[in-house]
Amino acid sequence: MLGVKGRAGQAAPVVLHGLPSLRWVWAVGGVAALLISSLIGVLVGPVHIGIGTVVQTLVGGGADPGQANILWSLRFPRVVLGLLVGGTLAIAGAAYQGVFRNPLADPYLLGAAAGANLGATLAIALAPGTSLIGVNVVPVAAFVGAGAAVAGAYVLGQTVTGLRSNTGLILAGVAIAAFFNSIQMYVQQAQTGSIRQVYSWILGRLVTAGWDGVLLILPYIAISVAVIFLHRRLLDALTVGEEEVTSLGISVRRVRLIVVAAATLGTAAVVAVGGTIAFVGIIVPHTIRLLVGRSYRVVVPLSVLFGASFLVLADTAARTIVAPAELPIGVITAFLGAPFFIAVMRSTRAAAL
Amino acid sequence: MSNVTLTGVSVSYDGVTVVNDLDLSVAPGEWVALIGPNGAGKTTVLRAIARLVPFTGELTIGEQSVAQLGAREVARRVAMLLQEPQMPTGMTVSQYVLLGRSPHLGYLGRESTRDRRIVADTLRRLALDAMAARPLDHLSGGERQRVAIARALAQEAPVLLIDEPTTSLDVGRQQAVLELIDRLRVEQGLTVIAAMHELTLAGQYADRLALLVAGRVVASGPPAEILTEAAISEHYQAQVRVIALNGSGKAVVPVRE
Repeated sequence: MLGVKGRAGQAAPVVLHGLPSLRWVWAVGGVAALLISSLIGVLVGPVHIGIGTVVQTLVGGGADPGQANILWSLRFPRVVLGLLVGGTLAIAGAAYQGVFRNPLADPYLLGAAAGANLGATLAIALAPGTSLIGVNVVPVAAFVGAGAAVAGAYVLGQTVTGLRSNTGLILAGVAIAAFFNSIQMYVQQAQTGSIRQVYSWILGRLVTAGWDGVLLILPYIAISVAVIFLHRRLLDALTVGEEEVTSLGISVRRVRLIVVAAATLGTAAVVAVGGTIAFVGIIVPHTIRLLVGRSYRVVVPLSVLFGASFLVLADTAARTIVAPAELPIGVITAFLGAPFFIAVMRSTRAAAL
Repeated sequence: MSNVTLTGVSVSYDGVTVVNDLDLSVAPGEWVALIGPNGAGKTTVLRAIARLVPFTGELTIGEQSVAQLGAREVARRVAMLLQEPQMPTGMTVSQYVLLGRSPHLGYLGRESTRDRRIVADTLRRLALDAMAARPLDHLSGGERQRVAIARALAQEAPVLLIDEPTTSLDVGRQQAVLELIDRLRVEQGLTVIAAMHELTLAGQYADRLALLVAGRVVASGPPAEILTEAAISEHYQAQVRVIALNGSGKAVVPVRE
């Protein structure tokens, strides 16, 4: 036996089945969905623009200047904004669901969006056009408002039910959202000068934002998405019981704080340009869980891709259905999302995520 | 191998003292069963050792004060097998067991090949390799318990805390689980502290029993000394007969008069 020891001592390759991994089919499918929905978003509009013109415009040669102008100043920024908003709402929803272990958690149910709305409304109504050290205050105010709302919901939820229960948190979030909404309504009505401007973005429209909107939210979204991405393993760990996670040396409190801050930052940025677009954070992650798998190593990256695609399609529908008028996107997402929400509520009930 | 020492440890929940000035010393490689009536504080003692609840007093693992360790350092020394671990729907056996590697990873770290190898080895040792890819919600009660043990073992901690290892298992599976724990203890030199309410089984598997009443150890010693009709009827308010089983410990049998 001693003579053959050398080979046996070498490390054998590790064969371990059942670990979640993002299969390339889904990754390619997600990228394809993103490209196709973007193309649809770019092609559909009151002025007919062919696919050849789009390609010519992108590569920078010989397209009709009028059509190129429509593409560059209207359709491209709108599609890009839609991608950013959708991807962020979906990943923020998945993140909130993970840290709060509640399948119904959503940027809107936790009060984050209401807080961001209030913050942004205050900024628009009381200090229009202000900037601090060259930074537009609207997204900053939105983040402060959203953070205040989520922190309020967290503190309220904890004092009512203690750390173990997550139902209290969601109820507290709903209460905070209602409270913030009422203040926001008051500010909005009291400031008639800016009421139209406030009203139009609360319902969610990507039409007015343009490239400025893209640049405005990009840094916040990049940070938000990156932080949530880095927490995929910990989000999976959090799906087991709180006591068990803690016994593994993971601080639930710390993970919760960091991930909530990241998701709230993304939500605030999105609300600052897109207004109220509810349910994307519920529809997209749950569909992925149903079709692909429940691990956050799969849910997080696919939520970004499919959330982005979903929102661009919803936006395209919103500006096509009653053309030449436009529906707010929030109307489309709520129309699809509310029945979906009830279905999720019925199927998950008490089941922990 | 690590010894565990509790000196004057107290734990209160909302002003109610559950563990009261408790002393307990467990030798390296020893199996100590915590027995006692419901509400005596057995689970809370385990929680304190794993530092899942705040405590006062002195608690050391392998000569190191638990209070001075970071959360991950505690988890590298103590693995806890919960009474009914919550097993998430859709999570696979290997994914769950891989969680046991968490204390060895940095905050945002990812599992290495070495971590996956440890998990693969653990699964093979517990004859779970064939069901590595199976979702947890498709397992039977006995399989779930073995998977939970695998998760705790993958942690590679020298001290294993077990809260009621045999709850909701039939008698055959109770024996299988306890035999497995004992085999692993011997193979790997684990120190085992288990809260157990099956007195007969506790006496058969543990080296020593510690009888807890109202948050204190009232008696501690070899099973033969602790399992007496007098002690059990006094502390459990039970009518029992203790019968010597030739060479297999003592049976504690409830009787009805």
